[in-house]
Amino acid sequence: MSATAIFSMSGVSKRFGATQALCDVSLEVAAGEVHALIGENGAGKSTLMKVLAGVYQADGGKMSIAGQPYLPAHPADALRAGVAMIHQELNLAPHLSVEANIMLGQERQRAGFLRRGRHRQMARAALERLSQPDLPLDLPVGRLPIALQQLVEIARALASDARVLVFDEPTSSLTEQDTAHLFDVIRDLRRSGLGIVYISHFLEELAEISDRYTVLRDGEVVATGELSGVALDEIVRMMVGRDLKEMFPRVPHSPGERLIQVRGLSGTDVPRDVDLVVHRGEIVGVAGLVGAGRTELLRCIFGLDRVVAGDVRIAGGGQLARNPHASIRRHTGLVSEDRKGEGLALSLSIADNLTLTRLQPYRRLGMLNLRRRTREVSEWMRRIHCKAAGPHQVMDQLSGGNQQKIAIARLLHQGADLLLLDEPTRGIDVGTKAEIYRLIGELASAGKAILMVSSYLPELMNVCDSIAVMCRGRLVEIRPARQWTEEDVMRRATGQETA
Amino acid sequence: MSVERPKPSASHRPAALGSRRTIDLLWSLVAPFVGLLVVCGIFVVYQYAVTPQNQFLSAYRMTLIAKQTAIVGVGALGMTVVIISAGIDLSAGSLMALASVTLAVSLKSGVDPRLAVLIVLAAATLAGAFNGLLITGLGLVPFIVTLGTMLVFRGLAERVSDQKKIQAPAPDWLATLLDPPAAGSWQMVCTGVWIVVVLGIVLAALLRYSVFGRYVFAIGSNEATARLCGINVPWVKIGVYAIGGWFMGIAGIFDFNNLNKQGSPTSGVGLELEIIAAVVIGGGSLNGGRGSVLGSILGALTMTTLRSGCVYAGISDPVQKIVIGSIIIGAVAVDQFLHRDQSASP
Repeated sequence: MSATAIFSMSGVSKRFGATQALCDVSLEVAAGEVHALIGENGAGKSTLMKVLAGVYQADGGKMSIAGQPYLPAHPADALRAGVAMIHQELNLAPHLSVEANIMLGQERQRAGFLRRGRHRQMARAALERLSQPDLPLDLPVGRLPIALQQLVEIARALASDARVLVFDEPTSSLTEQDTAHLFDVIRDLRRSGLGIVYISHFLEELAEISDRYTVLRDGEVVATGELSGVALDEIVRMMVGRDLKEMFPRVPHSPGERLIQVRGLSGTDVPRDVDLVVHRGEIVGVAGLVGAGRTELLRCIFGLDRVVAGDVRIAGGGQLARNPHASIRRHTGLVSEDRKGEGLALSLSIADNLTLTRLQPYRRLGMLNLRRRTREVSEWMRRIHCKAAGPHQVMDQLSGGNQQKIAIARLLHQGADLLLLDEPTRGIDVGTKAEIYRLIGELASAGKAILMVSSYLPELMNVCDSIAVMCRGRLVEIRPARQWTEEDVMRRATGQETA
Repeated sequence: MSVERPKPSASHRPAALGSRRTIDLLWSLVAPFVGLLVVCGIFVVYQYAVTPQNQFLSAYRMTLIAKQTAIVGVGALGMTVVIISAGIDLSAGSLMALASVTLAVSLKSGVDPRLAVLIVLAAATLAGAFNGLLITGLGLVPFIVTLGTMLVFRGLAERVSDQKKIQAPAPDWLATLLDPPAAGSWQMVCTGVWIVVVLGIVLAALLRYSVFGRYVFAIGSNEATARLCGINVPWVKIGVYAIGGWFMGIAGIFDFNNLNKQGSPTSGVGLELEIIAAVVIGGGSLNGGRGSVLGSILGALTMTTLRSGCVYAGISDPVQKIVIGSIIIGAVAVDQFLHRDQSASP
């Protein structure tokens, strides 16, 4: 293999204080290969990628590109050597045009002025390789749909003559359709002889797109080889290092009385005329493409987005869908899909985040009894198995999975009976996902009603009691989860009838 | 502040994007003038309703407005670059005072006037670069750094001038920049206004066609990305604030003209806020990535016209302040509303 290796590293180690983040890691990527890098959060994937991209310098070990020693001291060095990264969060300047973004950092100039003709030509050539010859070069990138934005970033890598492309969770905010298109692009790039490293939590995706794989655990390589013929269960076992009996632990629960009834709910654009009923002790999943109005449905019910028509009645009298303040008082809570942006205040402590929606119990004469709050928060952290130093730890320092647990615990602390969960396991590793599924199951068995949106179909199929499919703002069909197949869900989500 | 949510759509239609683009292009050409036209319109209506014999848009008043716009306008040019890069410069007013007293002191001590101009511009540029150096070197936010240097530069100006206004001899070419041109001359408005126009054209070209200009926009739009793409962010930022300083040097020379060959250490208190208001009225975004030379100049012109109009209509000074303050808020609110409307459609 090493004869055709376009990129290789051997014996790479990296230590942060007492933590050995990487230990003697070797990785080889051949030209024309898609190499899956697999591991749980904290296994060392992102550290490894940062070493590769020149953000961190390795303590020991060697790297080479096409046989030449490679020692990046800075991200710019990596770019010059032909290593480009496509991150989960896109690195684009939203106000700049498509052309400016593609050529960013690699401007062709004459006496300090841009060679616009040359730029347009290079940008066009890069976009053509991605089968996007019609993309307007002058449009600000911020106005493009997310999938096209991602292609602009890939085009930037192509324009810089990248030889090694690293994709870090590239599909987490893409629809199935856009994902399929991205995979076509990746296959094309593979054919043209690029070395591609592909990181994802979606094992099914890895199996579809990758040729070989390397599994990292606790900073060490535990397995590497050809992907074909290896069962996904086997890979999961290697990742977590223990037998993960159940990816989707089931906690028995049964639907009780009706908790909310949504009638003819319409938002400004989406959702359109949605009817839905959720009972206590029931988990209802919402499937659909990105942009189908799933997130907006939750936000409308919660009163966060403007409701144009329809209403939401909650058992015990009262209306939802007015404003978040009123919804919280009527025992409803929302976990946002955007943890960083609006879901949590990451610079505040666990205690602050957990109790933000209900401070009354700790209030006397307008002042907070902080000691009582700390005690209470510790108790909650124990109940949800949150791994953290203590209630005063800042959210920033927690893993995504633990942050998400706090976000859900906040709803429980505020006494929510109806939990609106938007992509509750996005960007979370397999082990923690299972814990969150168990938590959701336990909540249902305790009589809570759960309405969850997810783009990860196996999760909906295995966790929910029934699944509603949305398409272009409308709720097209709802059935018990058992009666759906993944193919049927996709067919309805893309606007077709089921066979 | 609007958070830009990605707007995904199942089908990508470049054609639809294209027609949208033409409308946007037309609007982006017209929009900056709207505020100015509205303000002029109000006072012209007032004229017909109340004082038909006294014309609002007389040649005299227009040249006066142009002259009064020169100082804020030239400051707004530098501030436009700073604001596009997602920065702010609160030291601009103090920097102008420092420049004008430096000019007066140099001239008074017999330095050749041409050399004095060079000294002033070099000093102002250095002072601006100093802002940039503190921001990048210490990793502080521009607001704090320039809040500090606002006092530092003011103090320096007072030291240099010994806290007194300094009257200095100056040749005609340097002292009549803001004087009305000879009657019937081709110039129509004072030399200072022409200087602003020429500098504006040069700066607009620099922002649009130079690598530096593109880096300024990239840093303002997404600094992390700019760094990741290998752009030398600290140097570009130092350059940005140096340019801001250079323009305040020109403003200092104008101020020296405006005060009849005097350098005053107390000049330009609060000027930075007027300059920032001009840029923001002209479509600049304090979040960075957005702003234009034409917009900022028109923003400055709008504010001067408004003030002049208030005097014309006999509105008292306190009421004037209330009106202008409200207009600043209103103009930015309208701009933001229109902008949100644009970004909301796929």
